[in-house]
Order: sequence, then C-alpha cells, then structure tokens
Amino acid sequence: MIEAALRLHGTPACTGLARGPLHILDSDPTQGGAPMSAPSRPDSAQPHDTNRESQSLRRALTEASAGLVELRGATSANDARSIVEFQLAMLDDEVLSAPAFALIEHGVQAVAAWRIAMNAHLEDYATGGEYFRARAADVRDLRDRVLRGLSGVALANVPSGSIVVADDLPPSRFLEIPWVGGGIALFEGSATSHVAMLARARGIPMIVDVARAHLGSPGDALLDAENGVLIVSPDAESVARFERRQRARATARARDRTYLEAPAFTSTGERVLVQLNVAERGELDSIEPEHCDGIGLVRTEFTLRTLTALRDEQRQYARYAEIVRWAKGRPVTFRTLDAGADKPIAGYTLEAETNAYLGVRGVRLSLLHPDILATQLRALARAAALGPVKIMVPMVTQPFELEAVRVSLDTSVRALRDAGIACGNPQLGMMVEVPAAALTLDLFDADFFSIGSNDLIPFLTASRRDRDRLPTLTDPLQPAVLRIVAAIVAQARSRDVEVSLCGDMASEGRYLPAILHAGVRTISVAPAALAGVKATLARLRASAGG
Amino acid sequence: MIKSTGSALLTHANGLHARPAIKLTKLAKSFVANVRVALATDGPWTDVKSIARVMAMKTPSHVMLFFEAEGDDAHGAVEALVGLVNSDFPSGDESESRKRRPATQR
Repeated sequence: MIEAALRLHGTPACTGLARGPLHILDSDPTQGGAPMSAPSRPDSAQPHDTNRESQSLRRALTEASAGLVELRGATSANDARSIVEFQLAMLDDEVLSAPAFALIEHGVQAVAAWRIAMNAHLEDYATGGEYFRARAADVRDLRDRVLRGLSGVALANVPSGSIVVADDLPPSRFLEIPWVGGGIALFEGSATSHVAMLARARGIPMIVDVARAHLGSPGDALLDAENGVLIVSPDAESVARFERRQRARATARARDRTYLEAPAFTSTGERVLVQLNVAERGELDSIEPEHCDGIGLVRTEFTLRTLTALRDEQRQYARYAEIVRWAKGRPVTFRTLDAGADKPIAGYTLEAETNAYLGVRGVRLSLLHPDILATQLRALARAAALGPVKIMVPMVTQPFELEAVRVSLDTSVRALRDAGIACGNPQLGMMVEVPAAALTLDLFDADFFSIGSNDLIPFLTASRRDRDRLPTLTDPLQPAVLRIVAAIVAQARSRDVEVSLCGDMASEGRYLPAILHAGVRTISVAPAALAGVKATLARLRASAGG
Repeated sequence: MIKSTGSALLTHANGLHARPAIKLTKLAKSFVANVRVALATDGPWTDVKSIARVMAMKTPSHVMLFFEAEGDDAHGAVEALVGLVNSDFPSGDESESRKRRPATQR
C-alpha cells in the first residue's frame, strides 16, 4: 500500500518530537462523528417521557460530578486541579442546569435540553477577553462529559503514545489521557490556552492552528513540534530520520535537566548567573525559581498592546507584582516599554516610518509620551515594594535619555511616598544595544548595563534584523561583536557597574564559550533554554577540568 | 430585613476568573443573606452564590465590585466579601479562609 505522506503545518505550542498512531477525537459525542455503541436515549419517534428525561439528566449530572471528584483525587498539578474545581463548582450550580430541566418540562429530550442550555451559556463566554474565551473550553468539556453520560457512550480510551488530533482539546480530557509519549495536534486552539499550559508543564509536544485536511485512514504519524509539522503516513526513511532525532533529543534533555538545580560556574570557578527572559508570569509555570538567578528581562511591551493598557497603572502593577512574587526575592529586571519597529501599538507608535528599526522606538518613544512613561514607572516602583525590582531602559543612545527617565522615576517615587502608597526605590539601568552608547558607557549614570545583542549586532554591522538574507554579516561570533561585548564588560567593570547579556545569543550553547571569554558572567535566557544553557556551562567547566 | 452594601476594587490579574470566582461564591454561600454583586451602583445585579452567573459577568481586572446583601447576616456577608476582594483572594486552605475572614476583616 503506497500512500503519499501528508504534511500539515501548524504553530508550535510545546516543543518536542512524538511518533505514534493518530487518534482522532470528536468533541461532542452526540453530534455525529463518534460511533455510539448503545444509544439509550429515545429517538424522536418514541413518546416523550418528561419524568424519565429529567431523571436521566439528573443521573448524568451526578455521574459527571463523581467522575470529576475522582479526577481531582488523581490530579496533583495545581493548574489542573483548579480547572477540575471550577467544573465541579459549575456542575453544582443549579443556575446552569435549571434551564435544561425547564426545557425538558416543555417536551425537549434530555440530550437536546442540556446541549441547548449549555450552548446558551457558552455563547456568553465568546466575548470577554482571552481569559474568558479560554474558559469556554472548560465549560464545553463539562457539557460533553454530561452528554457522554446521557448517551451512554463510554469515553473512548486513548491508547498511550497516540498523536491526538482534535479541533480543540479540553483540559479534563487531556488529564484523562495516559500521557506516556504521544503528542497533540489541534486544528483550532491557541498556544495561550490552558491545555497548552498543561502540555508545556508536562512536556507533551503540541502544535495548534494546524491546516485542516482530511486525514483518511488513521495510521502512524510524526509530530514535529519543534518546527510545527504533523506528518501523516510517513515513509520509512522519514520515520528512521525522525527516530534518530527523537533519541538524540531525549538523551540530551534528560542529561540537561540534571544540571538545573546546581548553580553555574566558569571553568575557573567564577559564578555565572543565569537569569530568564520572559514577557509574562505564565511563561514561568514550568520553572522553579530556585533553578534560576532571577529574571534578567521582562519584555513589558508584549502585555501592553493598547493605549488603554498603557494608561492602566493598576493592571500593570498586578502583572508586574505576580512576576516579582514568583521570583521569591530574586532580582527582576523590567524593561520599560520597547515599542516601535516590529512592535507597534495603535495610537502610541508613529505611523509608517520607512526604516522603523532605526526610527522612533524604545526610550525615544517614551520621551514623546512622558505621561505613559510615568504610569509605567509608578507601577514598577510599587511592584518594587514586593521584592528587588530593577528598571532597564531600551535603545538609550545618549546620556540625556537615561537622565530624563531618572527624573521621571524620582518624581514618581516621591509622589508615591507622599501619598503613602507602598513602593520601593528600583535601580535604573540601560540596555546597551546602540554602538554610540556602547563606546561611551562612562558618560552614563546607570546602575547597571545589559547587552542587547539582538539589536546591537545589526546596528554594528549595518545589517537588517527583520530579514535572514545576511547570515554571515550577523554572525554573533564575528570579531567585531565579540570585541564590542568585551569592551562593554571592561568599561562596566572598571566603574564597578553590573553588566549582563540578555540577547538571544546567550540561549544558544554554541555561543556561550565566546560570551564567557568576553568576560560576561550574567546571562539571561529563554525559559525553555534554561536547562540546556546550565548543562552547557557545566560541560564547559568539566571539559576544562575545572 | 437587614440590608448592607459595600464595594471593593478588583485587582486580581485576569479579573474575576475561575479561582477567585469560586472563592467568592463559596464565601457567599456560608451566609444566609441573599448577596448580589454588580459593576455599577445601579446594577445589573448578579447572585454571588451562583458560580455560573458570576463567571458570566466576565469581570476584567481593575474594576469596582459593588455588593449588597439582605438577610440576618447581611453586614457580615458584605464585610467578608469586601475583605476577600481587598486581600486579593489569598491562596491557601479554603475552609481556613472562610473561618477566619469574616471575623478579622476591617
């Protein structure tokens, strides 16, 4: 039998590789698709018995409750438990079931009544921000759990190791699947959904938003969640190649994780601080604060995408506070808004700049909007009451820019103190990413420096950052880059100012020896790269006999 | 009939989502009074004892929650709910927080 391999592209939600039989899940078991072995509900030709329909709904609700209680007992992860708790509370709420019982009184069958009532409730969630849209999946799951009880369909067992394919996957369904190997490919879904969070917490490879296609007869599939591809009916050669990648990855990951707990050192025994780059608290779910040395970069612009959010001090404070609390006393460095270029905000960034990477972005924009800068600084100063907070200013080119921010910060702190609002006195430092600043660090009154290699390299080499056409010119290992990094470190050291490197190059093991050689002793990396980076540092030390 | 009203600023990140909503409804159910919540002083009012209704409010963060209660323990109920919101829904043992909170808040 020769069947051409089918390659479907999607977006990675949890990286990894999985191979196994395809298992296609239908969500609502009474709505076509899934075969029903023994339908116990009466078909429309039979007379309607109001009492019996009410009773069977009541029984299905009780069974669903019992199933969830059992699931709660078997679930230890906090996030997973809170989803089940939520579903139990909903099931316990007569407001949810009353409309269904009323419909039954009016001659509607239990299955239809429950579905109508729940769908009406679900519609409410469609408009309510990302969080409430994500909760819709939990409510849909609850609907389907009761429907399964009503229609007598036992939950189809998903064999462990399957590549589960579905429109979307409800969290409770995820929790019932024995995840030993296996992966998830969803036609809908999002990388920010709860189930994606659960998948990341357990390291289940997952891709979402997969191009829809008819999958034909279910057979074997390869899920490449590193590149976001589902390969159905792969040929023998692809399978062999894939298995080699899987083995290499599994060995490497297992080895890497053994290095998480121990602090990192250079080969000569100098401490290397490994911090994290994040946009929001959710990215830290699968990481223990004890395994890192703090947060080296919070990219605040990723959670502040509207003018309303920029003006909302309280909302910003809440977001910053949850990261500071997570860090349990470790330093957290927040970067002030780095909007502009590829990160526009309607009503804030300038329209249609021809060369936006060299345009009005970062601190240049902040100085055009002093009120918005002040709002962010107030929120950050308040968060500093909860733990060590540092504030880092992006795109600083000349000393006056940092000074303007310092004046604003001082004013904010003074105003908060005068008003009796709890706040700290955060350190103020700057990104070093513009060569003009890199060459004149002695002129800047900064409490710390952090090298932003992502922008420094293209600025230094006159190469575009948004295109991949000049890979040789943007190589982080070229002498010009390593020399300027070394020069920045030397200038900072001579003035006894802290310096770190928070660009993406620190997340890649092959650049680490050069980074350490340039004198850098504090790096900040992507959360997913933490184990790999600490492992690489440990190996470098071991191979040098340190 | 004893009546009581109160208000508190919701600062919880993500708004009144599942976890805080469950805490709120559980706490409300520990009082006999009818307790309602709204996002404005003139309503619309929602039964705090129904998790489905509270969730359907889809309350974002940084809005004012207004409470009103009617019943013998109306004052205690409003005080407790306001306290829970003001303390930003502390995590920890549910039953513990229910026992402690009404007595100690403000």
